[in-house]
Amino acid sequence: MSENQTYTLTINGLKREVKDSWIGESLLYVLRERLGLPGAKGACEQGECGSCTVMVDGAAVCSCLVLAASAIESDIKTVEGLAPDGSLTDVQQSFIDNGAVQCGFCTPGLIVAIHNLLDSRPAPTDLEVREAISGNICRCTGYGRIFAAVQDVIEQRGATK
Amino acid sequence: MSTVKTRRDVLGTNALRPDGAAKVKGEFSFSSDMWSDGMLWGATLRSPHPYARILRIDTSPALAIDGVRTVLTAEDVPGVLTYGLIDQDQPVFAVDYVRYMGEPVAAVAADHPETCRRALAAIVVEYEVLTPLTDPEMSLDDSVPAIHPNGNVFRHQRIVHGDTSVVGDVVVEGEYEIGMQDQAFLGLEAAMAIPDSDGAGVELHIATQWLHEDQKQIAACLGFPVERVRLVLGGVGGAFGAREDISLQVHSCLLALATRRPIKMQYSREESFFGHVHRHPARVQIRHHAKVDGTIVKIEARMLFDGGAYASTSSAVLINGITHIQGPYRCPSAVVDGFAVRTNNPPCGAMRGFGVVQACYAHESQMDRLAEACGLSHVEIRLRNAMRTGDTLITGQPVESVAPVERCIRETDALPLPPPLPETPNALELPGGTGLTSRRENIRRGIGWGVSIKNIMYSEGFDDYSTARCTLKDGVATLKFATSEVGQGFVTLAPQIARSVLGINDVVVEPMDTSIGSAGSTSASRQTWMSGGAVDGACRLVRERLFEHVGTTNGIDALRLVIDDDEIVDTMGTFRIKVADAAPGIRFEETFEHHHRPTEDLDENGQGNCHVAFAFVAHRAVVDVDVELGLVKVVQVATAQDIGRALNPLSVQGQLEGGIAQGLGLAVMEEVIVQDGRVRNPSFTDYLLPTALDAPEVVYSLIEEPDPQAPLGAKGVGEPPCISVTPAIASAIRQATGRDIRRVPVRPQDICL
Repeated sequence: MSENQTYTLTINGLKREVKDSWIGESLLYVLRERLGLPGAKGACEQGECGSCTVMVDGAAVCSCLVLAASAIESDIKTVEGLAPDGSLTDVQQSFIDNGAVQCGFCTPGLIVAIHNLLDSRPAPTDLEVREAISGNICRCTGYGRIFAAVQDVIEQRGATK
Repeated sequence: MSTVKTRRDVLGTNALRPDGAAKVKGEFSFSSDMWSDGMLWGATLRSPHPYARILRIDTSPALAIDGVRTVLTAEDVPGVLTYGLIDQDQPVFAVDYVRYMGEPVAAVAADHPETCRRALAAIVVEYEVLTPLTDPEMSLDDSVPAIHPNGNVFRHQRIVHGDTSVVGDVVVEGEYEIGMQDQAFLGLEAAMAIPDSDGAGVELHIATQWLHEDQKQIAACLGFPVERVRLVLGGVGGAFGAREDISLQVHSCLLALATRRPIKMQYSREESFFGHVHRHPARVQIRHHAKVDGTIVKIEARMLFDGGAYASTSSAVLINGITHIQGPYRCPSAVVDGFAVRTNNPPCGAMRGFGVVQACYAHESQMDRLAEACGLSHVEIRLRNAMRTGDTLITGQPVESVAPVERCIRETDALPLPPPLPETPNALELPGGTGLTSRRENIRRGIGWGVSIKNIMYSEGFDDYSTARCTLKDGVATLKFATSEVGQGFVTLAPQIARSVLGINDVVVEPMDTSIGSAGSTSASRQTWMSGGAVDGACRLVRERLFEHVGTTNGIDALRLVIDDDEIVDTMGTFRIKVADAAPGIRFEETFEHHHRPTEDLDENGQGNCHVAFAFVAHRAVVDVDVELGLVKVVQVATAQDIGRALNPLSVQGQLEGGIAQGLGLAVMEEVIVQDGRVRNPSFTDYLLPTALDAPEVVYSLIEEPDPQAPLGAKGVGEPPCISVTPAIASAIRQATGRDIRRVPVRPQDICL
């Protein structure tokens, strides 16, 4: 298409060139289809479900609502960049241990959103947790095991201080 | 039996998901994550009209766009032009008529999703718009012209049982309505179709509930023998019934064969609302006759299911509805008429609960009325009529399953209630949540009940068997089956079974595909029973072979050998050997098909042993209602569920909580709004799903009375959690408001206007 551009994004600390990309492509599309980072998922394209959550300059955002070409100056972090290769973050491990994963489609977005929450607020109340992840829809679990997973992380982090 | 000392993750433990690490890291490959060298994108053109005649299709403007490789219509379908699970009446692409808004008309393949979008916009379709048939009552009117050559009624079935002339001392009747719910799995429909280099076959990576059924239907439409269509399960992001029917399977294969290139197709959320079937909206008129003490003596009911434009599973949903209309209660006499009809509304089919959800909302609303008419509590009326093992259903079928209905009710009743709403609550805890609109003084609390019976496995003579293969070598078992893992956790359960049977730790689960026999569908709460039975059977056959080998090698009668923890032990001697060391280098392989006992068709009076087995559950809901604004907050749901045996308690808990959230959605949030055949809210902005702030506290009790019919003693746990929670919430709203709640979802205007 004639409206194509080449530009560079900073993702998980690395400069990534996006070649010959239609300027209408969302950050979600570019991550998934051009850069081989399929961790962020697309499930609504309207910023309603949170499956595509990534961090842009430290804020959790829906990558389906961000034009990739508008993020060239930003520091982007995806679920793939949370833990070094072969390891899991405490939130990721807690999700597995607490049965918070069923189909897993919402999981990467939730993991990013929960890291974002706990980084800024280490000891949120139950209601604060609920509000913080109310933009991440899970259709399988009914959220109970997700709350349990977050609670475990809060307690573990509190205990190791 | 000694206790397990060293082995982990056998049956009964909280074994963790083997795919968990990949899923939390974003590395698990869902069907939408697939990518192939040289692939093209596929997309579907859909009808903007609920009912219209196609006068002309011109694809040439689309083909003229740079990057467009092919455009296909019904003329390009080489095999049969229609598909369907029970009746093959749904066109691959519309032929002459479109019968619902969103019906596929054409498909394109192009180099980029945006090129696809432009190509779809460029296709010219001239329609003669017709007046849609949208009122299901009208579909029963013989004077209304048929909108399909097969007519406007999918199925009518009557149940006549017992003494139909009996009249109760107490008679209560009501008319109830259930709205159209969407499964709303998060992982949108997606597939990768890869053509064989000779163009004589295709490999489809697809998120589906039933690989072999898809394979059969796709092959017929492609005009191929089934073996030329190979299916591989792509990662499935939830299903809940919506992946039982064909969506983009045939389209993606046709595009791949036409272009000789891999095709990636994935629906948007809006297209997903049009691309799969929904839960049937239904109307139920029902009358209960009882003695003065509340004992039910007869029910009369008429059920009408709106199946939409094509058959899908409407005829089976209907049978589930009418055969469960008595609920989990004894009922000696019944007259029931059920209809599933065709309209120009969106096609409806399978969704978790499959016809029983609609029946349960009606019978549980009636139980509340009957309690009030007889001066009994909502718990007493249900205990008085609770079904027991050995009772006869209104179909004449005896309930041979363990039927602990009374225990479900009593154990639910014994679970603690939540504390009262504080005088100065956090605004997020009030109805309306983040809207911060409710005021404490307008809140009323209510408590309601729902109890249900649900059949498990398929019915009416269908042999929905499952196949599994187990290979054992040097203490490592490899399992192969075509069971769709949709998130429910069969990939966790199957290794638990193998570990328990074989005394090993290491189990490999091979990819699910059509290179082995069918596993049947991941639906009807059936895979733990059916595929669990198949894996158990295959592992037991392998164990027999292993014992024969060890017996022969060591001069011991194989019948004396048992597994004890991770060893093979001679029960009549001192011989012990680790399973891993028992047969070095030898490979044992066995395949097993598990069949459930046969079932029967219903006769003209709806009599016959049509179901395999039943599971039961009770729900108690506590709600806070803002009576001024009509807003509802579900505070707590208590439940006791008849599960047979908890093979993985953590997994069971996840099913209970997840099902309750979906039932809550149907009770107070979720409805596909259809006006004049047009879907008005096909997005997550307008179709509201329960969020973390809507999720109630769930307290529960697992009732473990192993079912002797079940291969592992365990009943399926998937559907019951979402069935009676909906009427329990509606009942609680009734109690809080005094309003006569006759439809779900309950809308603000049903409460405050």
